[in-house]
Amino acid sequence: MVQSLIGVSVPRKEGRDKLTGKALYVDDLRFEGMIYGATVRSPAPRGRIKAIRFDPQISWAEFTIVRASDIPGANHIALITNDQPCLADSVVNHPEEPVLLLAHPDRYLLEEARRAVTVEIDPLPAVFSIEESLRGDTIVWGDDNVFQKLGVEKGNVDSAWSDADLIVEGEYTTGAQEQLYIEPQGMIATGSAEWGVTVWGSMQCPYYVHKALKTLFGLPDEKVRIIQTETGGGFGGKEEYPSMIAAHAALLAWKSGQPVKIIYDRAEDMAATTKRHPSRTRHRTAVSRDGKLLAMEIDFVIDGGAYCTLSPVVLSRGTIHAAGPYQCPNVRITSRAVATSAPPHGAFRGFGAPQSIFALERQMDKVAAALGLEPDEFRRRNFLKTGETTATGQVIREEIDLAALLDRALRESDYHAKQARFARENGRNRIRRGMGLAAFFHGAGFTGSGERNLASVVEVEATAEGRIRILASSTEMGQGTNTILTQIAAETLGVPYEWVAIAQPDTGEVPNSGPTVASRTCMVVGRLVESAALGLKQTLLGAGLGSDDSPEGFARACREYTARRGVLRARSHYEAPPGVSWDDEKYQGDAYGTYAWAVHVAEVSVDTVTCEASVEDFVAVQEVGRVIHPVLARGQIEGGVAQAIGYALYENVVWRDGRMANAQMTNYIIPTAADVPPIRVIFEERPYPYGPMGAKGIGELPMDGPAPAILNAIESATGISLASLPATPEALMAALEQVHA
Amino acid sequence: MPKVPIALSVNGERRAFAAWPMARLLDVIRQELGLTGTKEGCGEGECGACSVLLDGRLVNSCLVPARQADGAEITTIEGIARRREWDGVRKAFLDCGGAQCGICTPGMILATVSLLGQNPNPSEADVRRALAGNLCRCTGYLRIFEAVARAGRRNPPGECLQ
Amino acid sequence: MRAYIPGYELDAPRTLGEALGRLAAEPGRWRPFAGGTDLMVLLEAGKLDHRRFLSIWRLNELQGIEFAAEWVTLGCLTTYTDVLRHDRLRREFPMLAAAAAETGGVATQNRGTLGGNIANASPAADTPPALLAYDAEVELVSARGARWLPYREFHTGYKTMQLQPDELLARIRLPRSTTRFKHYYRKVGTRKAQAISKVCFAGVKNDATGEVRIALGSVAPVPLRCSKTEAAIREGRDAVAALASEIAPIGDTRSTAAYRLRVGQNLLQEFLHA
Repeated sequence: MVQSLIGVSVPRKEGRDKLTGKALYVDDLRFEGMIYGATVRSPAPRGRIKAIRFDPQISWAEFTIVRASDIPGANHIALITNDQPCLADSVVNHPEEPVLLLAHPDRYLLEEARRAVTVEIDPLPAVFSIEESLRGDTIVWGDDNVFQKLGVEKGNVDSAWSDADLIVEGEYTTGAQEQLYIEPQGMIATGSAEWGVTVWGSMQCPYYVHKALKTLFGLPDEKVRIIQTETGGGFGGKEEYPSMIAAHAALLAWKSGQPVKIIYDRAEDMAATTKRHPSRTRHRTAVSRDGKLLAMEIDFVIDGGAYCTLSPVVLSRGTIHAAGPYQCPNVRITSRAVATSAPPHGAFRGFGAPQSIFALERQMDKVAAALGLEPDEFRRRNFLKTGETTATGQVIREEIDLAALLDRALRESDYHAKQARFARENGRNRIRRGMGLAAFFHGAGFTGSGERNLASVVEVEATAEGRIRILASSTEMGQGTNTILTQIAAETLGVPYEWVAIAQPDTGEVPNSGPTVASRTCMVVGRLVESAALGLKQTLLGAGLGSDDSPEGFARACREYTARRGVLRARSHYEAPPGVSWDDEKYQGDAYGTYAWAVHVAEVSVDTVTCEASVEDFVAVQEVGRVIHPVLARGQIEGGVAQAIGYALYENVVWRDGRMANAQMTNYIIPTAADVPPIRVIFEERPYPYGPMGAKGIGELPMDGPAPAILNAIESATGISLASLPATPEALMAALEQVHA
Repeated sequence: MPKVPIALSVNGERRAFAAWPMARLLDVIRQELGLTGTKEGCGEGECGACSVLLDGRLVNSCLVPARQADGAEITTIEGIARRREWDGVRKAFLDCGGAQCGICTPGMILATVSLLGQNPNPSEADVRRALAGNLCRCTGYLRIFEAVARAGRRNPPGECLQ
Repeated sequence: MRAYIPGYELDAPRTLGEALGRLAAEPGRWRPFAGGTDLMVLLEAGKLDHRRFLSIWRLNELQGIEFAAEWVTLGCLTTYTDVLRHDRLRREFPMLAAAAAETGGVATQNRGTLGGNIANASPAADTPPALLAYDAEVELVSARGARWLPYREFHTGYKTMQLQPDELLARIRLPRSTTRFKHYYRKVGTRKAQAISKVCFAGVKNDATGEVRIALGSVAPVPLRCSKTEAAIREGRDAVAALASEIAPIGDTRSTAAYRLRVGQNLLQEFLHA
């Protein structure tokens, strides 16, 4: 027997190539005869396209020019409602909306040409905030500006208020957040009526792009081929928008007959692609004097931007997480995704949950203060326990002990002793310190019946030498897909880690294992890899493999099998865990197969001279099932916490008439190496029976808790209660002055 | 306006070519010299993905015009990759989880090499300062700090954490 | 890259004399180009309007740090890294070292120059407040000769300065008169590294003599020496109010006018109590 690979930090599968500069990202590829593409975009938030003018100084005959009328199939990016055009035809609905495409062999001339096209717009009224959109004076989408409306009901909220000892209300808002993967978006395409369309690029979801291009070109499955190149970060930002860029590159390639590369520069990437949805949440919470939650009424609204894209799904996740990991007999959540005249907001790690959890975890501190209870004690009295039900009525069947996670987090952070010391010392000091915490959960995999509908497939293949290849469309974007899927396959088959390879995600070769999103890759796809590998092993056992064979025995069996029967390949299909049921109409039932659970504690200092807040120490305790790879898992938590620190304190998208006014890394600031605190990561492991080797999802979880924990800590340090993200020094200063005024 | 002749040494190899004088060294390296390990993340000297050594000093190659690199010695990630003396850095990054998506990694390695070349035993504050010009969106930096500290100390191989 | 690169010229004169000759022969046609850390950013954004530059990066005449009895003289090509590696300079002029350490990351510090930081004329530049508080003088040279100018007179308005089209900023000198002063420098930029300042404060004071000098960045169209505030301090008047009347911060994508004003005042108070 070889030593177990699970729980062992093997070297990252593609690590060596990344460390030596050999790994090839899309901008590193160059094809024979390749030319470059650029996008001409809407200069206005909303209006009719009056004219498109071409400066006669440019030799336009040298350029490939594509307009909406050049699209062979349907002019939309196929996703949920298909309302987003690939190229605006007669109207534009947001700034930076693609209107026209250009291609040329000379990149410098291409830029000159892009500047020489003027899109003239007859303006129409536009909408720039959730409030304006809800008011409905100007309708920018559908009949009422509402993409989606959801409702969750548990118990009887209306009858609960009269029994309450205390009712606490609060309103919370969050701003947009840019994913800011360090590799900008980009695609290369070839295309012709004879061969169809092939696209290479930076993406999370090859089959999303596949679906979009089939529709756009009116081509059958086999004539569209999408290949993921090494991807320099995604975080959700490369979930849906790559379909747009792939479509543009493919249209230019189709018309020019040459390979076309489109690489966004940072300014275009920030201004034109998706961001995290801004949100507004209203809470009304009823509690008893002894600190038990009696009723929660939550109104959650997200700004979807100008087109629907993924907003209904983001809303869904935000809604389901809005009441958090607490037991409350009466819950009403109403939620809406509304339209504005900003570029569509989209997927970003956490997918709606960080917004609604921010509101909830600030509200929990507010209620605790109103009750005169410590934040930890109030939460402790209301934690969900095994056998109790969530807001959607899901009975928690797994063994979960949130109080134990809380205890561990309090102990590791020295919460109470520090809180007491800071309270004594703060009055005298220029630097005020405080502690804050957040408790939260995050559902792994697609919501409700989503995984059933996806019906993901994975294949595992063995060569005559016993070498294994995993075929899946799940992508590596830094989070470790290649490594953990390899560990799972190698462990299942009892072969060395080095014997397993991952096929490049290429829709011409790999089956659809679903999109690489929603904390589903390890838990759902990993499980499929495990069962395909088991299927393969089963086949070999029936063909002479001994049950305790060494890797050499395994290789021998493969050799014998392939000699007699040819290709050795096993396939697995998604099957839902038993007893999971979900009602999409009533939003009731098992929203997720399982959840990851966490308590985070932030220690924050605030300089009263500048109102700058700084996270000094951070403790993240979580239960994510079995940890497959400790170093990668820790990297997921630390990276997520760092992004969430940016969300909490620094990352401020400045909007001017629907356009990002600070679309530069210099002015949209993320944490640097000088800004991150020590982050202590602690895993409590409770193996999940339906995940591979007991693993659950992990990727999004760490995005949810830090922002409210940090703002809770700021309040504990300064007494200033902030209800909006980001908590910039300007916001804190303004709030302080209000208190003093 | 014409291109100008540029002669420089890249990773120890002499190269001569014509370039626009204001062309970014980054584009020269990636396109003219075909060394794509140097990455572009922002084009404004903010992210450090395009870091190279220019006459031994760390620079953002997106902010250096070709003309100013005439006669210079340039070291890119491909040059570092060939040098055995930096095996320890690569191993530490691999063991500690210092690379995730990999796009900032070449720049991080260059910044690390630049630091360790001057200060083989840096404190955490030194490491933070030395890497502050290289943005990473994946790791939260802590795995990288550990990797740099380990590479500096030349620790024996083994599990990085615990 | 949003600029049309073939449309730009960058010549590299080999000597200072040659450079000055070129500037004199065609005044206004050529502009100096040093480490490029500001100009290349504009180029990338397609916002570098001037098209012809002379690279002065390798001119030896514009380099070097020299200590004399009363002055230290810095070549305008002195990089932030040069400042940070010079122990004596760091000791005597800690605010200059602090500014250098907080400008960009290491790669920027290796290329960015003091001369460039001055001549780029950004009100948010990190070293000018320190130079102003140190009573720096700048040397402007041309084929016609050389002249020294108090740095506080150099900036005349937003991005305008006392620099003729044929002149180069050659050297900066700092009087070595502040060794017994308290030095207080603070850049406020939200994150701890690679920030562009929202407010930058530099002040020196000699508690024995009562001498005080204050300069701020990011609160006016130019880096501002705050003489009214200094006078108020000397005369025992309300310095915080004087500062408010002297600076004129604006709101932009990085911060608000109200924040800049209040932080400027808070930093002044912290400086006064230091």
